[in-house]
Amino acid sequence: MEHPKNFVILGAGTGGTLAANRLRKMYPESDLQIDVVDQDNDHVYQPGLLFVPFGLAFPDEIVRPRDRQLHDGINYHENPVEKVDIEDNKVTLENGTELAYDALLIATGSVLEPGETEGLTDTGWMESVFSFYDLPGATALAEKLSTFRSGRLVINIIDMPIKCPVAPLEFAFLADWFFTENGVREDISITYVTPLDGAFTKPTASATLAELLVKKNIELVTEFNTGEVDGEAKKLIGYDGTEVEFDLAVVIPLHGGAAYVHDSPGLGDELGFIPTDNQTLQSTVADNVFVLGDAADIPASKAGSVTHFEGEVLMENIEAFLEGKPLEASYDGHANCFIETGFSKALLIDFNYETEPLPGHYPGPVGLPLLKESRLNHIGKLMFQSFYWHGLLQGRDVPGLGPNMPTSGKHTADA
Amino acid sequence: MPNAVLAGIEVEVNDEGFFEDPTQWTEEMATELADIYGVPTPLTDQHWTVLHFMRQEFFEKGTGPTVRKLGKTSGVTVKELYQLFPKGPAKLAARVAGIPKPRGCI
Ligand SMILES: Cc1cc2nc3c(=O)[nH]c(=O)nc-3n(C[C@H](O)[C@H](O)[C@H](O)COP(=O)(O)OP(=O)(O)OC[C@H]3O[C@@H](n4cnc5c(N)ncnc54)[C@H](O)[C@@H]3O)c2cc1C
Repeated sequence: MEHPKNFVILGAGTGGTLAANRLRKMYPESDLQIDVVDQDNDHVYQPGLLFVPFGLAFPDEIVRPRDRQLHDGINYHENPVEKVDIEDNKVTLENGTELAYDALLIATGSVLEPGETEGLTDTGWMESVFSFYDLPGATALAEKLSTFRSGRLVINIIDMPIKCPVAPLEFAFLADWFFTENGVREDISITYVTPLDGAFTKPTASATLAELLVKKNIELVTEFNTGEVDGEAKKLIGYDGTEVEFDLAVVIPLHGGAAYVHDSPGLGDELGFIPTDNQTLQSTVADNVFVLGDAADIPASKAGSVTHFEGEVLMENIEAFLEGKPLEASYDGHANCFIETGFSKALLIDFNYETEPLPGHYPGPVGLPLLKESRLNHIGKLMFQSFYWHGLLQGRDVPGLGPNMPTSGKHTADA
Repeated sequence: MPNAVLAGIEVEVNDEGFFEDPTQWTEEMATELADIYGVPTPLTDQHWTVLHFMRQEFFEKGTGPTVRKLGKTSGVTVKELYQLFPKGPAKLAARVAGIPKPRGCI
């Protein structure tokens, strides 16, 4: 490459950070200039938000400065993106800065849109209606839970897609543990209200998780489509008129793409997500625009593990693109999630576009148990935070673990 | 593969009653399908707006839209969608519009 090319990355969360650090290792500054943009300087370890309401994690433990996670030789701009011009290959920030790019990576994730649901942010918001999906919400809920001693707790997903689709279930399991530990479980009912036709999106895992809900005496209400949250009368009202009453509601708001996507002609779909080839991770709106993580409109979970596995594939394709070669690396939809089930246990699921979560062991015959509660998985979940800051974000590979889904330890249908 | 006879024509449907081949669908079948799946008939202009929109999206994108996308783009609000196609508008409208089950989110 003759002149340094300009590579611009929008978002310095999970995806933007790991991509910037990987690219910096791949190319010297004389070949590639890397600019990263984010709106603030607080990088939240989002899986930690699940633990905050129960006093198992504290805000200062899960937040670090974004710029400190980026390696030397990466320019960091702390300012919201205003718009992207895919015709002129240019990004404009709210302070007027313009960044021209040869290639662009969109990693601005998804944003919470509580205002999209009637009544959700009116009376009762942050008093009897909470969300733990961001830090202010999780922190406020911690205070509420510490004094909640009797009544009806209702957990509700308004609609998909949401980040980490298992997190609301984990919240229900942890709530069962928390109230038991505090000696008030008998005076509290827990109800899980979902728009899905089961506890989870994938059939085998859904059945296992539904059994766990029964075992823990958590009521499951399926195919409930919340049209309104009435904080005054304390009830969820479905579009079909059915109601679920609560004393305390924990609601997962609608998710959409970052705000600037709607102001950038031709960039995103109705919800603000970016149309993306689900194998190459190149956007379908422009050849020099790539997408990583939650911002992509692909049929994979919005999860950090997905972002991580995508990152490895994406780097190969960005390299090919910069050298003018065809994009050959292909992402298989690999995702894995630890599902915290309370009482120091967790379950692990591993799947991709084609294969649903199967029982067995991960990543090989000797490994963590899949689709089964175990203490080992709980420890795995806790250890992940350290790997997140020191391994994943830094762009380190895990020895012996590629991006694609392993099959060797799994019980397949014909095995 | 189970078959169904609609408007006098034999069509292929899957176990859940979704069309295997959307090109087999005709407008005449819609009212019959609506009766089978409990969609209030006669179908109104708004029903037809949604049905045509579902099919257009399917042929363009390979899957029918979710309720949220329908609410944002079809010209019919989510509230109205639940009146037109009670219970699950996305699935119900897909059935009546003769397209496969919309791929949900994972
Ligand atoms: C409660 C909770 C629990 C979770 N648990 C797990 C888990 O156990 N396992 C797992 O794998 N995943 C989990 N996740 C999901 C995981 O955190 C995300 O999927 C992952 O962080 C996605 O990475 P990303 O880079 O796409 O987005 P993010 O990491 O969210 O980064 C997006 C960035 O874009 C920035 N941005 C947005 N708009 C603008 C703008 N206009 N201008 C500038 N910057 C902007 C944001 O500030 C943000 O920093 C959880 C998420 C939540 C909320």
